[in-house]
Amino acid sequence: MKIGIEHYLILSAILFCVGLFGVIARRNLLIILMGVELMLNAGNLALVAFSRFNGNLDGQLMVFFTITVAAAEVAVGLALIVSIYRWFKATGSDDLTFMKL
Amino acid sequence: MEGILFYIISAIAVLCAVMVVANPFSKNPITSALFLVVTIISLAGLFVLLNAFFIAIVQIVVYAGAVIVLFLFVLMLIDLNEEQKRRIKFASIISGLIGAGAMIYVITFALCKSAFSFVSRNAIEGSPSALGNAFFSRGEFLLPFEVVSVLLLVSICGAIYIAAKDKNKL
Repeated sequence: MKIGIEHYLILSAILFCVGLFGVIARRNLLIILMGVELMLNAGNLALVAFSRFNGNLDGQLMVFFTITVAAAEVAVGLALIVSIYRWFKATGSDDLTFMKL
Repeated sequence: MEGILFYIISAIAVLCAVMVVANPFSKNPITSALFLVVTIISLAGLFVLLNAFFIAIVQIVVYAGAVIVLFLFVLMLIDLNEEQKRRIKFASIISGLIGAGAMIYVITFALCKSAFSFVSRNAIEGSPSALGNAFFSRGEFLLPFEVVSVLLLVSICGAIYIAAKDKNKL
């Protein structure tokens, strides 16, 4: 059985939409961040599949940058969550209504 | 052989991704973090199937080794009992399904419309030496590579500053 690029792209689309569902539906900030991680990983998979079936390494170089940016994003995002929890004792996105007049 | 491996690994990845965002058995975020580890390791397996060996190792080291540990550290600092009682609202499930369904419709529509002309003619290996040559000998990715290191430094300093308790002592 031959696995083409379409299989990988459809798998990447499914993973992206699962992550998007998590970002929209869940109210816990940590789960939202995990959903963002899933979406970034789905993008990585599509880039590596393009790199493999196109026959050059540019897609994998881009994945390298994506992984770095995702690590930076997680570090800053988790620091923000710790800071929010320290001030408001809450990690739900529904509870953060302090800017409401 | 490759087809069987692809289907097994992708089934594991999709199942565990669903368990990350919508676990019907427990609302504990630690369970979600551990399922995220399984998803990431299975994605590393898919990278090995795609001949991207260095990216697979980096995926395991950075995600399963660093990002998940960071998640678990933060989960230890936070009182999770309150989170267990939180219910997922019906309206947010509906809106999430609509959003994700619209997205997957758009992507599959675009995939059906596009014809991929390139076939797998020369399967190159993404070994560390090949990636290093592509980074440093061609030169067009050299400046972004250095800028990314500055980005990591800035994010470390920013994370320490944001999460610090007493900002006057920094």
